[in-house]
Amino acid sequence: MNGGAVFVIARLTLREAFRRRLLWALVGLTVLLVAATGWLFGKAAELTPLEGGAQQLVLSQLLVMIAFMFSFVLTMTAAFAAAPAIGPEIENGLLLAVLARPVRRSDVLLGRWVGLAIVLVGYSLAAGYLELAVVALMSGYLPVDPMVAPLYLAAEALVLLTLALVFSTRIAPVASGSIAVVGFGLAWMGGIAGGIGDYLDNDSLRTAGTIAHLILPSDTLWRGAMFALEPPPDVLAAAGAQARIFTVSPFFAGTPPPLTWLAWCAAWIVAALVIGNLLLRRREL
Amino acid sequence: MTGTPAGAEAASRATAAGPFDGPAIETHELRKQFGRIVALAGLTMTVRRGEVFGFLGPNGAGKTTAVKLLLGLSRPTGGEGRVLGSPMGDVATRRRIGYLPELFRYQSWMTAREVLALHCELARLDRVSWHGEIVAALALVGLADRSNDRVETFSKGMQQRLGLAVALLGRPELVVLDEPTSALDPVGRQDVREIIGSLRSRSVTVFLNSHLLTEVERVCDRVAIVDRGRVVAELGMAELLDEGGVRVRVSGLTGAASIAGRFGPTRVEGEWLAVDSITDQRVPALVSELVAHGGFVHAVVPARRTLEERFLSLLGAAPDVAPDVTPDVAPDGGPGGEAGVAVGRSSDPGARP
Repeated sequence: MNGGAVFVIARLTLREAFRRRLLWALVGLTVLLVAATGWLFGKAAELTPLEGGAQQLVLSQLLVMIAFMFSFVLTMTAAFAAAPAIGPEIENGLLLAVLARPVRRSDVLLGRWVGLAIVLVGYSLAAGYLELAVVALMSGYLPVDPMVAPLYLAAEALVLLTLALVFSTRIAPVASGSIAVVGFGLAWMGGIAGGIGDYLDNDSLRTAGTIAHLILPSDTLWRGAMFALEPPPDVLAAAGAQARIFTVSPFFAGTPPPLTWLAWCAAWIVAALVIGNLLLRRREL
Repeated sequence: MTGTPAGAEAASRATAAGPFDGPAIETHELRKQFGRIVALAGLTMTVRRGEVFGFLGPNGAGKTTAVKLLLGLSRPTGGEGRVLGSPMGDVATRRRIGYLPELFRYQSWMTAREVLALHCELARLDRVSWHGEIVAALALVGLADRSNDRVETFSKGMQQRLGLAVALLGRPELVVLDEPTSALDPVGRQDVREIIGSLRSRSVTVFLNSHLLTEVERVCDRVAIVDRGRVVAELGMAELLDEGGVRVRVSGLTGAASIAGRFGPTRVEGEWLAVDSITDQRVPALVSELVAHGGFVHAVVPARRTLEERFLSLLGAAPDVAPDVTPDVAPDGGPGGEAGVAVGRSSDPGARP
């Protein structure tokens, strides 16, 4: 690997994102989203007949659902940005001139990943913190760990970005993008199955959830984001019976992801990039 | 008859390059298979330093595959090769190579200047040299006035010119041009020939993959002709085109053909005698003999074929145009003078009688 070449490709990717107005489109959509959620939370806080912990619980669920939509937007962005990042550039000849330079294929893959990761993580954090600030301002709701939630969402986007990029080394952009989006959905459903398995103490469902998290750990990170967006434990305790109803909701996480699972997420990304590199090396140009 | 100035110059440069430099490109039984399809069956060739080397072959002969192997863009399934003294695909060596792909495409959202700056950076050129390199390359390919325009506004021909500029950055020792004029008009092709000429004058090795035979004939010192993934001929351009004979325009001598026939197979072509297989050393003797018998010799020119004729004959796709001639029976003069000349065919089964 050549650090200089990785840096050049990463910077090229960033410039392309700016020039092709990807970032500007995301910023425009975020402004709309933040304005809409600000209005929604203002109204929700004003109109809900509930007070105290119960109101906090309702607002947290509303915030989690908006975060879920945001994570879907991030997934789509990762898929659309990463799926055409390698394969089409091989097919149209753009990479021929680049790879004839002192540049390895792994430099291109890693450079693309770094550039797109900077775009996605930067956008996730900026939009996420802005959203949380507006929600706090308009409704007074402050989740248990507002600083960590956008980090989980950014990490989830990174997993799906990696998935789309790895597949883009070998298959058409439409297919690799679709795999990332469908993978996101399947992993989420696998997580729900695991959650139900936990609740019902059913080993089959629990195992299905574990396998889903091993194959594609995006839901692990989503659960971390959900937990961080929930009210603090004392508020949940105060909400009593109402809080217990929410524990079976697919938009509720009782605990944060264990460190071992977070380590698996990091290992998964590294392993996927290694596999992507092997696939790209074996591809005929 | 044994060499054009270009060929002699290349040979001299190759010698001047010295034994330590070695050839620019050397392959031995290079093989590439895609599944069951054999793209290269065993490519063996040598490209000397400082020469303009033409790489010819019909569609599907494996030319572009060979180029990709040389540049490390593809991995061989057999054989070996060295480029500028290093194994094919050596990453560091790529700094010394310029490449214009057949399928040329550059970042459409960038300006021409930005594309060149990107390649300066990828080629790890000193940043202080970038400006000079970019300005010179743009001027050389005729894009100086479009340097700040985006590539997406360029025509196909302008993009190919840009590709050529990219290939010339950093004063490479070897420039690989894969069909460099496929999108160019006649003026552009002339420009490319001039650029190749200037590279030759700077002792830069040029590996030219082209199916435009007239282009190759004009600029190359040596060529390799590939067919079905193998080199069927690798020789100097003069050697390739030279029939090894002369054409003599002679008048005032009956029986000139008989006299010339003593020097080699001869046929009468109007006022001209075509004498095959005569060596350079014997040409003065032929002229003396004709003059001694009272003939007036107006011109003596080496017999040459076009590259296309030679190319087709080597590939067995057309008759070998050099006919067999019985030397000693052709009477001189006029159209009827060709009576008695036997014309045969060397290889084509569908030959005319």
